[in-house]
Amino acid sequence: MEHIRTPKVLHSMVSSVERPPTTPSGGQLILRCKDFRIFQIFIPQERDGLDVHASLARLSRPEKYSELYCLSFNPNVNKEEREESWNFIDLMADYKRMGVPNNLWVATAANGEYRVCDTYPSELFVPKSATPTIIVGSSRFRSRGRFPALSYFHQDTLAAVCRCSQPLSGFSGRCQEDEMMLQALMKSNPGSDYIYVVDTRPKLNAMANRAAGKGYENEDHYTNIKLQFIGIENIHVMRSSQQKIIDVGEMRSPSMTDFLWGLENSGWLKHIKAILDAGVFVARAVADEGVSVLVHCSDGWDRTAQACSVASILLDPYYRTIRGLMVLIERDWVSFGHKFSHRYAHLDRDPKEVSPVIDQFLECVWQLSEQFPCAFEFNERFLIAIHTHVYSCQYGTFLGNSQKERRDMRLHERTHSVWPQLWKDRGEYTNPLYKAELSQSQGVLRPNTSPYCFKMWKGLYNHAEKSTPPRQSPADFLSAVREESQQLEEELTNHQEVPPGGTAHHHHPGSRQEDRSPDGEADHLGEDRGSPEED
Amino acid sequence: MEFAEHIKTANVEDVVLRQPLQPPSRGTLCITGHHLLFSDREESDSRQVLLLLRNIDATEKSVENLTGYSGFFSNASHSERMSGSSGTITMKCKDLRVLQLDIPGMEQCLNIAHSIETLSCLDCVSEMYPFFYRPVELSLPEQWGLSSPEMHYSQMKELYEKWRLSTVNRDYSVCSSYPPAVIVPKSIDDDTLKKAAKFRQGGRFPVLCYYHKKNGMVIMRSSQPLLGANRKRCKEDELLLQAVIEGSDKGYIIDTRSRQQAQQARMTGGGFESKSFYSRWKRFHRPMERGKALQESLIKLVEACGDESNNMDRWLSKLENSKWLSHVQNALSTAGLLVECVERDGHSVLVHGSEGTDCSLLISTLAQLIMDPCCRTVEGFLGLLEREWIQARHPFQQRCAHSAYSHARLQQESPVFLLLMDCVWQLWRQFPLALGFSEALLLRLATEVYASDYGTFLCNSDQERCALGVKERTHCLFQALLRPTQRDYYSNPLYERTELAIWPSVHPQSLQLWKGYFLRWTQQVRHLEEAQEEIRNMVIEWGKLACS
Repeated sequence: MEHIRTPKVLHSMVSSVERPPTTPSGGQLILRCKDFRIFQIFIPQERDGLDVHASLARLSRPEKYSELYCLSFNPNVNKEEREESWNFIDLMADYKRMGVPNNLWVATAANGEYRVCDTYPSELFVPKSATPTIIVGSSRFRSRGRFPALSYFHQDTLAAVCRCSQPLSGFSGRCQEDEMMLQALMKSNPGSDYIYVVDTRPKLNAMANRAAGKGYENEDHYTNIKLQFIGIENIHVMRSSQQKIIDVGEMRSPSMTDFLWGLENSGWLKHIKAILDAGVFVARAVADEGVSVLVHCSDGWDRTAQACSVASILLDPYYRTIRGLMVLIERDWVSFGHKFSHRYAHLDRDPKEVSPVIDQFLECVWQLSEQFPCAFEFNERFLIAIHTHVYSCQYGTFLGNSQKERRDMRLHERTHSVWPQLWKDRGEYTNPLYKAELSQSQGVLRPNTSPYCFKMWKGLYNHAEKSTPPRQSPADFLSAVREESQQLEEELTNHQEVPPGGTAHHHHPGSRQEDRSPDGEADHLGEDRGSPEED
Repeated sequence: MEFAEHIKTANVEDVVLRQPLQPPSRGTLCITGHHLLFSDREESDSRQVLLLLRNIDATEKSVENLTGYSGFFSNASHSERMSGSSGTITMKCKDLRVLQLDIPGMEQCLNIAHSIETLSCLDCVSEMYPFFYRPVELSLPEQWGLSSPEMHYSQMKELYEKWRLSTVNRDYSVCSSYPPAVIVPKSIDDDTLKKAAKFRQGGRFPVLCYYHKKNGMVIMRSSQPLLGANRKRCKEDELLLQAVIEGSDKGYIIDTRSRQQAQQARMTGGGFESKSFYSRWKRFHRPMERGKALQESLIKLVEACGDESNNMDRWLSKLENSKWLSHVQNALSTAGLLVECVERDGHSVLVHGSEGTDCSLLISTLAQLIMDPCCRTVEGFLGLLEREWIQARHPFQQRCAHSAYSHARLQQESPVFLLLMDCVWQLWRQFPLALGFSEALLLRLATEVYASDYGTFLCNSDQERCALGVKERTHCLFQALLRPTQRDYYSNPLYERTELAIWPSVHPQSLQLWKGYFLRWTQQVRHLEEAQEEIRNMVIEWGKLACS
């Protein structure tokens, strides 16, 4: 296996194994990974090739949780440290940070032991006037019992971002408790006499759901709501769109026309824009209009998670820090029952359940960080590291499909949390340009979502260039500058008196690569150079 | 001055100016022979806008008569009827800014619009603003420009053995578009040059434009040979090229036209170097877009950037359809081929298309930036531009008469220099540490080339510049950019010289839309500028610490 350029690839990262026809020089296997890397393995003996293919095909499709790496992964830490690792992210502390509970929002015990909704967390915040009867009644009228609950409270305007699933309204159904629940949401914001209900689906899809006894809020039944459709496509559309953009990333040496056509044809950036637009709509309503927003889609665990978490990133600078992003993902994705194991194919199950939902959220954050280079404490590597671990199953954080499942599997006792590990490596994930005091970093981010602001996320999708030496990076250089500045500052404070002509550091910081051909220099020359023209 | 006859209304009060990134402001508008001046009436935070009329690419006006019932009051005087009306002038600038003026009074509005339209496209060079620009901090230079072919030659000791400086063109009689002195092989005398010049379009015989110190190979530049339909030949031209590759087994010719285009050129008297007469030269055809097609590409791109439909599919398809990024890709990869021939393959190259004043300059400039660290400092880069584009003559006046917004019929306009700036920006983005200058310098140059206080980009050739006294009566932009205060601003804080070639990636994912230029009037670009500022501050801080 020494032909693999990277020595280790987790079985769980393997998305597919192909075995092209054997050639005289031997057989080969092509490994496609879930982080979009591709490996070619040359195996001289055909029999060996078959064996390896069979075992990889089996090992990359685990059938039971117990086969997953996180359940055998054993870093050198003791029981206390492991338990401590699970307390690294404290959601209650974050609610407290945003000022909850208060006289508008209170914790409810209604979902203790996951009695009301088994895909929700046990600890939730609801409007003060929402009684247990209202909560239970409302939950019966919502898909999978996912009743309206608080996602983010904006202290500046007292408006809130809330989330739920679609109502089971059909064509004419209504539910008094659910109507009271939305009324309670409105009342919990003293500054406004209505709320927005954001249905993140295309209106046509939402209408079609009515035939199945689901649907959306009828504005005649709910007083004081404004219904808004955003038009984010469903998981099936997203799955096939991502496949297309992966193909674009794999094109060997496309012309500009082929590339741009492929990009357009994939529809990927259009979807990313739709998600960002949803987040912008919610953030504007909360920050600029001071109106609370209730977000839902169908089940309220995919598009809803995307819209709510993008809105939080825009609304609150804290979520643009390394620890803040961890907290945000833990809250809007992990605790609110985003189906990680289904969406990211941790086990060999229904392929129709698989979809790059959190990929899209991470990409929205990346697109924002490109637009606001100084507003995020973390860099692209951090986002890619999270992406990798969502798929890798090395840690228990993203295992299972809900808090209840994770509790039932006793994952806190049997696996480790990914967050302390990422925190330990934060030096590598820090954006040297981050400055909390710059205007672009403060308060609410107001991104431009014109189409020209979006580009393909090369760092994630272009494996071809990832395998070549890294290009010159100002960020790495600046990190070195910053580190050196800090050292110098320390030296200065330690030795206040530096003799004239004393030891000054004049070399340029940062290690530079020696090879100045960053990537595919063969792209423009080489093969197409051909022989000169003859008369 | 005769400008006065174009100015019927010089001052208007109570005008509202709308410009990108700023709230509208109300104030006084003033038109002079070369400028539009707007100053608002805010006492505390007074703002002035001084716009070179030359910068205005297109104007659109709409007038509105608010006194709809004026017909009933036929006794109302003319001026009263006019006073109730107003007009709006939209000015689309060559730097892609769009400004709007709301002017009270229909007549005043029409007068102002007329003045702007006329004065913004006066084509008499000696009446242009650079001849009137006299800032107090600058005195007219003794020597105009950074260098001369003579100085360039004298500084390149490596050249002395095999190359000489010929003054055969001292009175511009051999080639009106070449400077008075050019570098040619030592073994070729001036008579041979004169004959060779007759065999090249516009007299642009092959001259040296770059000497690669690492291996002694050179880049030569010329126009197409004048073979014509009956395949004429010219012994002197053959001798001249033979002398270039003396001591080497071969040389390469990069023709920036397709093989078919080159063959068709024979019908109009042009052509290409045939294998039989230039047996040791191997020819590549690398077709590059030029002329009108390139201008149309720019127009489409700018139109796409202004599209407000907010539709991703539409944007990507318009971006593709403009083909601008394809031209960027093509220019960089042709320059890459040139570098590969010289640096890797170790052979000299002759570059030409038809006239040798557009694409040839583009790729020879890019190739030098890729290969030669001396061209990558602020001084080196400006010097390179001066040699390749000013002295060796790019017809700026024709190419940059209009930009993307103009409604005028296209003539000789073509944004070749802008394409160069875009390609250099792509290099700068891919090698943020290797170039000594900042994006701001590229933006400044891309703006000045269309409308400028300086004389550098006036005229179509060195000969014209001398005839009009540009070198005595205007300031030189390159010299101004190198004054200490300016130079700091235009330098790259991250720069660290590298001797290695900087090979750009031309993969479509590695090339990006130059937002700093094409979207420069959007809020988004402000955030990127803030980031650049932050980088500068960090490096300065670090420098201070390191010195203390």
